Amino acid sequence: LVSCFTVGQHNGLQHLRCDLHRLDEGPSVQTVLTREDGLRYYRTMQTMRRMELKADQLYKQKIIRGFCHLYDGQEACAVGIEAGISPTDHLITAYRSHGYTYTRGVSVKEIMAELTGRSGGVAKGKGGSMHMYAKNFYGGNGIVGAQVPLGAGVALACQYQGKNEVCVTLYGDGAANQGQIFESFNMAALWKLPCIFICENNKYGMGTSVERASASTDYYKRGDYIPGLRVDGMDVLSVREATRFAADYCRSGKGPILMELQTYRYHGHSMSDPGVSYRTREEIQEIRSKSDPITMLKDCMISRNMASLEEIKDIDATVRKEIEEAAQFATSDPEPPLEDLCKHIFYNDAPLEVRGTHPWMRLKSIS
Amino acid sequence: MNTLLIVLLIIMEISQIHFLYVTVRDALNQALDEELERDERVFLLGEEVAQYDGAYKVSRGLWKKYGDKRIIDTPITEMGFAGIAVGAAMAGLRPICEFMTFNFSMQAIDQVINSAAKTYYMSAGLQPVPIVFRGPNGASAGVAAQHSQCFAAWYGHCPGLKVVSPWSAEDAKGLLKSAIRDDNPVVFLENELMYGVPFEMSEEAQSKDFLLPIGKAKIERQGNHVTLVSHSRMVSLCLDAAAVLAKEGIECEVINMRTIRPLDAEAIETSVMKTNHLITVEGGWPQFGVGAEILARIMEGPAFNFLDAPAVRVTGVDIPMPYAKILEDNSIPQIKDIIFSVKKTLNV
Repeated sequence: LVSCFTVGQHNGLQHLRCDLHRLDEGPSVQTVLTREDGLRYYRTMQTMRRMELKADQLYKQKIIRGFCHLYDGQEACAVGIEAGISPTDHLITAYRSHGYTYTRGVSVKEIMAELTGRSGGVAKGKGGSMHMYAKNFYGGNGIVGAQVPLGAGVALACQYQGKNEVCVTLYGDGAANQGQIFESFNMAALWKLPCIFICENNKYGMGTSVERASASTDYYKRGDYIPGLRVDGMDVLSVREATRFAADYCRSGKGPILMELQTYRYHGHSMSDPGVSYRTREEIQEIRSKSDPITMLKDCMISRNMASLEEIKDIDATVRKEIEEAAQFATSDPEPPLEDLCKHIFYNDAPLEVRGTHPWMRLKSIS
Repeated sequence: MNTLLIVLLIIMEISQIHFLYVTVRDALNQALDEELERDERVFLLGEEVAQYDGAYKVSRGLWKKYGDKRIIDTPITEMGFAGIAVGAAMAGLRPICEFMTFNFSMQAIDQVINSAAKTYYMSAGLQPVPIVFRGPNGASAGVAAQHSQCFAAWYGHCPGLKVVSPWSAEDAKGLLKSAIRDDNPVVFLENELMYGVPFEMSEEAQSKDFLLPIGKAKIERQGNHVTLVSHSRMVSLCLDAAAVLAKEGIECEVINMRTIRPLDAEAIETSVMKTNHLITVEGGWPQFGVGAEILARIMEGPAFNFLDAPAVRVTGVDIPMPYAKILEDNSIPQIKDIIFSVKKTLNV
């Protein structure tokens, strides 16, 4: 088996295409993929894929309730980004966040148990799908676009504390038209905040295609005075190289940068959206057969003798087992106790009395 | 007489009783200065806070002393900079986010409520948000409808927030310091008309560690006949009304709420159980307001049985604030309105 492989324009099989805005140079057009990295990316993406499909199942069984926005199809974005930064960097995203919650270090078990609203969930069942947090991961945010100023604020803290860390701030093509995003661009550029703004363009904001929502669909140019780049979000290596480039740019003190990742979601906007009223099944099928990020990486590695089919199948089996166990935990773990109802209103505070549903119900809030 | 005065002054000097008069503005400035000095994670951002010395001069001198890193002038983009402040708080800093007036906070209210107030709960304790949102709140003078709204009830409605409304210079200093040291989101409602008002500042309050607890009201004046509960500038009016009523033998107990949320219902109940009469006084609109909440709590609590008359509210008139002086003056509670309400309640 080959231990590493240089992927680039020269061998014609894969190329790291990149569109640039206000940048003379872009990310490297060549990169080295090691076997170790390749298998890790594969396993991570496969885990995310299976996790989301399991969530779909559990939702249809009504074990998961409320909002559930699935990430399957977009795995290369989360995995590529994480590969381009380090765990000491920071990341914030919107509500299609299960994948990032995983890449930022939360176990599948804790993610699924949060989706099913159990005490073993990462937020003890109190947050749900859109409100999962971890070290240097600020969620999971439900209000479209609100996470972008938050991310710029995290970047401000990075700059203030002088630790050479960056903040990756994600948003979608739908959110890209939010005013507060332009407010964030302005302040980030003005103060040279180390913020990597990333637009995950999956072509649809809920049921509205990009052409129907945006006067300009060149999202990587929408930062105007902020340099931008656009890459294929279905190719994990392209995403990785672009992220590395962006992180270097920010760390060098030049200010913010904007990345657009062209990607696709197989599911509808959320579990209540079948996802076929505003796009054709043919379109979805076409992407699945020609641009699936996991298939592409697998084919790339097998065709270059970096991994064997058996190995891949082994990984698949291990992942399947992990997801099954996590789902088992998520369905059997108990719900949070009623005593938790009023906990966590305030941090580091004396216990507080909280009014219940009627004046005789006096509940207690502990930090 | 002169000898007596000299003796008195000597005694004061010896016992080191120093009376200092400090305006609310200067008290806030001191609080900001001391907290910026004490903890380098604390910083101030907002429109005109740095080079202009503050739109209302509350942050005078701070940029000169602490520089660009700690005192940040923002563009006129409330939603954006409030969100940035919240993000910075999540990532380990302790921001003070100034709204030039709380009217403009409406543009950013999503960040205050959904990003700041609710996050500690949603994350089951993983993500605290130690932030202060401060600025002038409520009616000013001649600034008309869009610049005169009181937000005490709006923010007081939301779990996850602490809402503070100081009146005096000591309130301003002690409560702002506590708010900045608090690890939770605090909405700090100042009042433009109070900024220039001087108050006696005790020796204790002059100390760098002077803190006032959030959530505890103060009895500004003791009395037996009726309880007047108020916050911010209206406390002054209550005391003025009480002085007038005292001449007629009516003794009002004036409670300065200091904090809107969590509300010190116990202090109010204790007072009502003594005086048997309650009037709340606020500058904000009546419907679903601070007074409405207090009255509801009294109804539901132990003090109800001690009321000799229904509790009533004195509030701003239920209209957008007009401009013409005569109309504006009649849009907010006046001393005569408080006196009238007291006499009605006491049936005199």
